[in-house]
Amino acid sequence: MKKEQLLDMYHQMVLVRRVEERGMELYQAGKIGGFMHLYIGQEAVGTGLIAAREDRDRVITAYRDHGVAINCGISADEVMAELLGKVTGMSRGKGGSMHMASVEKNMWGGHAIVGGHLPIAAGLAIRDQYEGNDNVTICMFGDGATNIGYFHEALNLSKAWGLRVLWVCENNQYGMGTAVERASAVTEIYQKADGYAMKSSQVDGMDVMKVYEAAKEAIDYVRKEGQPYFLEIDTYRYQGHSMGDPERYRSRDEVKKWHEKDPIGVFNKYLIENKIASAKKLSEIEASVEEEVEKSIEFAETSPEPGMDELFKHVYVEETSA
Amino acid sequence: MAETINMPKLGFDMAEGTLVHWVKQVGENINKGDVLAEIETDKATVEVESPASGVVLQLIVNQGDVVPVNAPIAVVGVAGEKVDTPVESGKTLAPGASAGGKEERVADEKPAPQSQGTPASVSSTVSMPSDGAIKASPLAKKIARDNNINLAQLQGTGPGGRVVRKDVESALTSSQTSKVSSLQSPISFTIASHEDETVQLTKLRQAIARRMTESKTLVPHFYVSHEYKMDAVMAMRKQVNEYLPDNEKLSVNDFIVKAVALALREFPNLNATFAGDKVVRHGAVNVGVAVAVTGGLLTVVNKNTDQLPLRQISADVKQKVTRARDGKVKPDDIEGSTFSISNLGMYDVENFIAIVNPPEAAILAVGSAKEVPVVENGEIKVGWRMKATVSVDHRVSDGAEAAQFMQSLAKYLETPALMLV
Amino acid sequence: MAKITMREAISQALMEEMDRDPNVFIMGEEVGVWGGSYAVTKGFYDKYGPKRVKDTPIAENAIVGGAIGAAMAGLRPVAELMTINFAFSAMDYIVNQAAKLHYMFGGQFTVPLVIRTVGGGGRQLGATHSQTPDAIFAHFPGLKVVSPGTPEDAKGLLKSAIRSNDPVFFIEHATMYQVRGEVPDGEYLIPIGKSKVQRAGKDLTIVTYCKGLELSMKAAEELSKEGIEAEIVDLRTLRPLDMEPVLESFKKTNRAIVVEEGWKSYGVGAEVVSGITEEAFDYMDAPVLRVAQKEVPLPYNRALEQAALPQVPDIVATAKEVLR
Repeated sequence: MKKEQLLDMYHQMVLVRRVEERGMELYQAGKIGGFMHLYIGQEAVGTGLIAAREDRDRVITAYRDHGVAINCGISADEVMAELLGKVTGMSRGKGGSMHMASVEKNMWGGHAIVGGHLPIAAGLAIRDQYEGNDNVTICMFGDGATNIGYFHEALNLSKAWGLRVLWVCENNQYGMGTAVERASAVTEIYQKADGYAMKSSQVDGMDVMKVYEAAKEAIDYVRKEGQPYFLEIDTYRYQGHSMGDPERYRSRDEVKKWHEKDPIGVFNKYLIENKIASAKKLSEIEASVEEEVEKSIEFAETSPEPGMDELFKHVYVEETSA
Repeated sequence: MAETINMPKLGFDMAEGTLVHWVKQVGENINKGDVLAEIETDKATVEVESPASGVVLQLIVNQGDVVPVNAPIAVVGVAGEKVDTPVESGKTLAPGASAGGKEERVADEKPAPQSQGTPASVSSTVSMPSDGAIKASPLAKKIARDNNINLAQLQGTGPGGRVVRKDVESALTSSQTSKVSSLQSPISFTIASHEDETVQLTKLRQAIARRMTESKTLVPHFYVSHEYKMDAVMAMRKQVNEYLPDNEKLSVNDFIVKAVALALREFPNLNATFAGDKVVRHGAVNVGVAVAVTGGLLTVVNKNTDQLPLRQISADVKQKVTRARDGKVKPDDIEGSTFSISNLGMYDVENFIAIVNPPEAAILAVGSAKEVPVVENGEIKVGWRMKATVSVDHRVSDGAEAAQFMQSLAKYLETPALMLV
Repeated sequence: MAKITMREAISQALMEEMDRDPNVFIMGEEVGVWGGSYAVTKGFYDKYGPKRVKDTPIAENAIVGGAIGAAMAGLRPVAELMTINFAFSAMDYIVNQAAKLHYMFGGQFTVPLVIRTVGGGGRQLGATHSQTPDAIFAHFPGLKVVSPGTPEDAKGLLKSAIRSNDPVFFIEHATMYQVRGEVPDGEYLIPIGKSKVQRAGKDLTIVTYCKGLELSMKAAEELSKEGIEAEIVDLRTLRPLDMEPVLESFKKTNRAIVVEEGWKSYGVGAEVVSGITEEAFDYMDAPVLRVAQKEVPLPYNRALEQAALPQVPDIVATAKEVLR
């Protein structure tokens, strides 16, 4: 990988974290409403995975989607504006935290129903199969989604029809507050793919380079073989499931232990040790991110609210008499 | 102690009334004299006052129910009080049904049958119910509103007596028919097809139909006509009216009313009621005057006419006629006449014959007073003449008596000064 | 103009649209090799092949969810749900995804999807396979719900549905595939969201759709023998609901009944009656009454099942009731 791309990945990881940290403050200040699920701690997953895709490969994810949106190239401005419900957000302030998307960036949405977007991902891949191209659809979901029926229908269909889907389970150890071993009959989640005769593997999600390499390999397989693949990426979210989570289901020590493997710290060390960038250069990147985030907040705060005409717009594509 | 309120008898021939509207609901406080309900009789809609104070404990009949006189309609008492005698409501009739049974024509002269209940008293004002109290479809209400039709005067033909579009439209077309037909364009020779119309009778019309049929079938009528010289009355009226304010000017009819009353005093047999094997000759001479109102006619009554001065008779009749035309007649206005006059003089009528208005024994039908050529002492002159016909119950009187009554009437009309002494 | 069956009309519409637009394809249970469980897509597999006529697993979420994804990505899928009763399995995709994606993402995604499905009782299939839950689907803004009552409308509306850029839930009736009617040949569209007067009359308005139309037409003939001329307004589209012809007719007749095969509670009839009350209160000369399914799960026994479903005599009696 080129130095520029690695530094860009570092920039993305820091940006994702800062955007969310500032998002927390804005949420607590009452400027962001509804649910907000933070990606802090999981930045290596989205960053490594998306770095491995080509632009023509589709990405679709669940509701913990701010990071993936930024990884896909959506600007901090637009993410922040959507969080504040402004008309300059990607979904014109009508989607919110859980519904970040951009067709232009081939990012097919954050989706709020657990597991709900898995059959849709299969459908995106149907289009590419129909066209006869070898684009890959990367579908990300949490460990909790692997217990719902949609998951099984989607995996089965993708294998039965030979759809080019890379199924990516971000195993952050908890489905809301229920630990994997309390909810899933199979705790090694990648093994669930065996039920559909689908190839699968598992990778450490706190190391962006490992994620990148595993993703690259998996995407190549899907593209070449015309078959789906199942990749489990183990990670950890530092914050609660969503804002206001009392976190009674885990200990402080456990959280602290995972902090030692902080993906940004790990990558920072990797870049310095491999002489890809100096500590000073990385500090410069961090400083530029601060500025970028500050500007994004200003952009969002000064953006107009959606007008009342937005209320009835987009119910249908075609304006109807009713 | 809870008091049961009964359907009041609001007229001598009232056998049933329709409870149009409950003004008070169960649980509401009510003072003696407060309006409790509105009741529609053959003749008018009447507000019923509570005879007792307390709380409305029970409404026994529903709006729209037809209830026989003296049947319980409501209970008023102390809040929380138990209504111990379950009040029967079985006497209520389905809307539109007749109370059945024969009406006692002279029932008003007997004391009303004693019942444990208290008949509701009737307030002094009588008003038509508001739109809201009437069961009518939204469409019927709208058409009525747009055309200024009083829904209360219509009989609904829809389920449960609901006034529906066709009821209102029937009322509309019946009030417009005459104008429409006279305005048919003579230029167009295409033959318009006018469909048959069924017009529902109002309560008043139904009462008229019933009573006139009874009269014409049960009462053997005979008729005596007379032509009156009206020159003296016309002259006196002109003289007197010059001294009266506009709203108190005397009409020709006022003179006739007074003259009739004086003549009746001389012929008490015609101021009477036939009662099987006897005739009741009424002590008072109460002259009724027929008034055309929307959907029928009412007879307003001037009481003790023979004893009242002309001006007072005139004022009294005028007031009552106005109330009758406005639909605000009081029960007292239309009760107790002993002889009726029907005057179509204003319509340029030469002569006509009326049907006796039971339980009266006779009625006088009056034509127009006109200036006509008359022969007096071999010379043709211009004179005021007026024809009138008396219709008489033959069971009570005979031709000769009636003819003499008509002559007596001539005496007063031709020498009106006699009315002043 | 040919007189063809409802089945042929639907089949024609599908075939014409597939011939016209290569992005149109069919997916569903037994749509291909089997030829469609109601034989609507008979011969399609041989003509278009497995790419455009896709037999799916028995997995309603995968069928509708997959079709949504394909539609978002630019295809025009016609997803078939073997019966409307199975639509409940895919409820999330129909009401939570298809109906919302365009709005929720501020217009970024469009879902030009048709879900064809079959509803209705009367074939002794028991409670889970005999439902007419159309009103449930019509509850959701963002979805269009169409349910034709004649072969002509079926063809014209299905072609419009396939061309629509919005998701359309297209409900056919299991007992109406053999109904025959005049259908214009070839290219021919009927706009979605337009009710239609199917029979002119002056005495009362019967508002209905789908199977209710068939029953109401028969009832109108009965009523006509007694001198009562019913005007029948066929909704054809339940969402967006076009009340204009209903109101226009009602303002003329002032009396109406609503006939639907589904349950009365919270049903299409309730919606229509409310619309009349809201928009034409001053024209009401009698309460608007509803003819609908009895409030029971449909029983298997034929006599019991028929007793639960609305029948022609029910419509005749209810019409007379509002004419009292």
